[in-house]
Amino acid sequence: MEQFLQHLANAVILGGTYALLGIGLTIIFGIMRVVNFTHGELYAFGAYVVYLVAAALGLGFFLGLAVAVTAGVLLGALMEIALLRPMRNADIDTVMLMMIGAWIIMQNSELFVWGGVAKAIVTPFPEAPLVLGPVSISWLRLFVLLIALLLIVATYLLIHRTRLGKAMRATFQDRETAALMGVDIDAIHTATFAIGSGLAAAAGALLGPVFLVTPTMGDLASLKAFAIVILGGLGNITGATMGGFILALVEEIGAGYVSSGYRDAMGFLIIIVVMLFKPTGLFARAERIG
Amino acid sequence: MRRALPACWLLAILSVPLWLQDQYILHVLITTGIFIIAAMSLNLLLGYTGQLSLGHVAFFGIGAYASALTTLGFDVELLDGVHVVHRPWPALSGLLVGVVVAAMSGYVIGRLSFKVRGAYFVIVSISFAEVTRLVALNWVGLTQGPLALTNIPPFTLSFPGLGSYTLWDKAAYYYFVVAAGLLAYLVISRLVGSRIGRAMIALKENEQLASSLAIDVTRYLVLAAVVSAAVAGCAGSLYAHYLKIIDPDIFLFIYTVTMVIMVITGGKGTLAGPIVGGLMFGFLPVILRPFAAPAVQWILYGAMMIVVVFALPQGIVPAVKRWTANWTSPGRVFCQPDDLP
Amino acid sequence: MMPGRAKSGDVALSIEHVAVNFGGLAAISDLNFSVKDGEIVGLIGPNGAGKTTAFNIFTGFLQPAHGEVRFRGTLLNGLKPHEIAALGLVRTFQRTSIFQNNTVFENVLIGLHRRRQSSVWATLLATPRERAAEREFIESAHEILRLLGLERRASQIAGALAFGEQRLLGMGLALAARPTMLLLDEPVSGMNPSETANVMRLVETIRASGVTILLVEHDMPMVMRVSDRIAVLNYGRIIAEGPPALVQRNPDVIRAYLGERRKRA
Repeated sequence: MEQFLQHLANAVILGGTYALLGIGLTIIFGIMRVVNFTHGELYAFGAYVVYLVAAALGLGFFLGLAVAVTAGVLLGALMEIALLRPMRNADIDTVMLMMIGAWIIMQNSELFVWGGVAKAIVTPFPEAPLVLGPVSISWLRLFVLLIALLLIVATYLLIHRTRLGKAMRATFQDRETAALMGVDIDAIHTATFAIGSGLAAAAGALLGPVFLVTPTMGDLASLKAFAIVILGGLGNITGATMGGFILALVEEIGAGYVSSGYRDAMGFLIIIVVMLFKPTGLFARAERIG
Repeated sequence: MRRALPACWLLAILSVPLWLQDQYILHVLITTGIFIIAAMSLNLLLGYTGQLSLGHVAFFGIGAYASALTTLGFDVELLDGVHVVHRPWPALSGLLVGVVVAAMSGYVIGRLSFKVRGAYFVIVSISFAEVTRLVALNWVGLTQGPLALTNIPPFTLSFPGLGSYTLWDKAAYYYFVVAAGLLAYLVISRLVGSRIGRAMIALKENEQLASSLAIDVTRYLVLAAVVSAAVAGCAGSLYAHYLKIIDPDIFLFIYTVTMVIMVITGGKGTLAGPIVGGLMFGFLPVILRPFAAPAVQWILYGAMMIVVVFALPQGIVPAVKRWTANWTSPGRVFCQPDDLP
Repeated sequence: MMPGRAKSGDVALSIEHVAVNFGGLAAISDLNFSVKDGEIVGLIGPNGAGKTTAFNIFTGFLQPAHGEVRFRGTLLNGLKPHEIAALGLVRTFQRTSIFQNNTVFENVLIGLHRRRQSSVWATLLATPRERAAEREFIESAHEILRLLGLERRASQIAGALAFGEQRLLGMGLALAARPTMLLLDEPVSGMNPSETANVMRLVETIRASGVTILLVEHDMPMVMRVSDRIAVLNYGRIIAEGPPALVQRNPDVIRAYLGERRKRA
């Protein structure tokens, strides 16, 4: 039982950052209908920025966090304008291939600049964990959960309480009508990709110190993000949030009770199983699948 | 409507081991040839049938592992102390088993692809390949996991009455790969130029219209997947018995990406495309090696992919055809009206 | 004006009590009519009356909530579109009626698919039978292009054809499948008079070869000229049926098209 509670605690903490990853991708995938292979690379980018600012330049972890998220947003915007906008009307496989090209460039740039050796990020949190009965949680992880939850709430407020969010939702539901009503689709796309990338960078920045920073850390993150999107339904932020926690839980339980080697397989198995039985996602409302 | 390689190209290809001194280049030719076969198989699925299958390396790897395990033998314990033992079979049978097992997994993917379309299928296919990799990595009892399957025996060709010949040296293997490549090309070109191939193209272009013309979309999707997987499995088996060692890294997504780059830059939906693309991306690393680290090379390939997508979305072969068509007769697509087989 | 139940040998297509809803709206409420072998029946009705929906039901692209559709006695409910087409009931589409990125000749070759079976092994081995069958296909494709008058366009990319020629090619695709019954979805919409005349000639030629035809059209003169019988669809049911001259004068039909406001003498 105690083991189960520990797994549960771990899952909740991991789930928060997974949710960030998933939300970022679901809005990109949902609004722009782009198979975003670079999502994991933004995750890795976030981690490397924190490494650069905190470890290499010694300017502190919290500053690193802030810079990472901001840089993620800017990089996302840049990529959308330079690569995706000109390809707006191309068919899906063409765009997909371009995203693969971008993914290759990003990952190998990181490899070139930082080398393949894993990097560690030291944070100002105490080493000794917080112990609550049978469960022990490190302060760092608690902080990670807190920030993740904050960002999730902030995103939710952005989507549901601001004009930008309303325009994004309108574009998701019916692009043509939104355009006719005066929504600047170009700007919405840029904003969507920027926000989604920023969230991925945030997830990477938060998890970078928890695990290690390597150039290939983004690959699994991408796939897990897709699993979360499929679980939660395209464009469904609540679904993505829940999907993030569910994936983390499945991984924790799977790793704990079945085999730790298959931990990462859980996400893929989820994808395959859900796609077989309910291709529109577990939480999907009626939505147009492109 | 058969498209046979012009005889002079064939002679040139066959003559290579006779004058090529550099064993390293010969090695690159062999591995490039194997990847070209895999790229041709991907082209059938991606280029002709329009299936966004990015898990192709799964078929390649499954063929490799099935072939290796068949020829090495295995003793694996399932649940409750039940042992499954397989004694080693002759090397060439591994090739057959690799093809068959890969074809079976192609069948599974084919059936799946009908339920799940478009972008979702991309994700499912990638996940399939990743699961396969993780199984190969973790089911140590069967696959030796990261320790790899080693000492995979080379192929032995037996001619009744004439004795047998084991493919130990590179030149022999080169010819074997060329032969396999020609066979794969023949299979794919015959399929693509036939009624079956036209059905595949039709369902890629306009599925609704195709089904209104009595074309059973599922059937042809599955068929394309099976044939494609079988050819990829053959390539995988060739790879395993050439390197004589394989490990779970064979399932890495980067290999699928390599095949995809070959097909797309060469020209998807054309017969020559994967060959041109394959030669390019097989030899670019060799040419660039003195100048650039692997990471930099890949940055270049990524940039090339983006450039091709922007500038030559159909790939090199169609662009060249269009260019030369300005000098000769109007371009052929897949069949001229006066063509007779 | 309910049609009598004809003997199954006579009836090509029979529709009985077919209904379908879209989100609570009854697009088709109670459809009953039949088409006899060798007839040309025109299905008309005001916009939004459900004609394309009816076509989609007949050809398996939509499943009805109630009722039965039978083609020569075979129940079509639950069959997939390609299965229905394999029985010999082929339709054309109003939009995207051709394979845009292939040549005209290739388009017709694809359409010939239904005319035979082929096994994978025979194809791979390029048996003499396969090669002979391929030659036959090529000849048939030429024939069809001659019939359509599109021979000189054979090597052109279909998407580059003029609109009228594209629609003609679309009919050619359906013909290539050698149907016993053809469903034409607005075959002359968007065509000029000479293109329309072309299509009418083609329709007559098709009928002369024994193919039953059901067409949906808005072009009144055309459909009145070409059809043996007219059925009028409104509010999801047939409100009138009979020879063109009679249907034209039917007050219910006039009301359906012009609305209640105007009083006809």
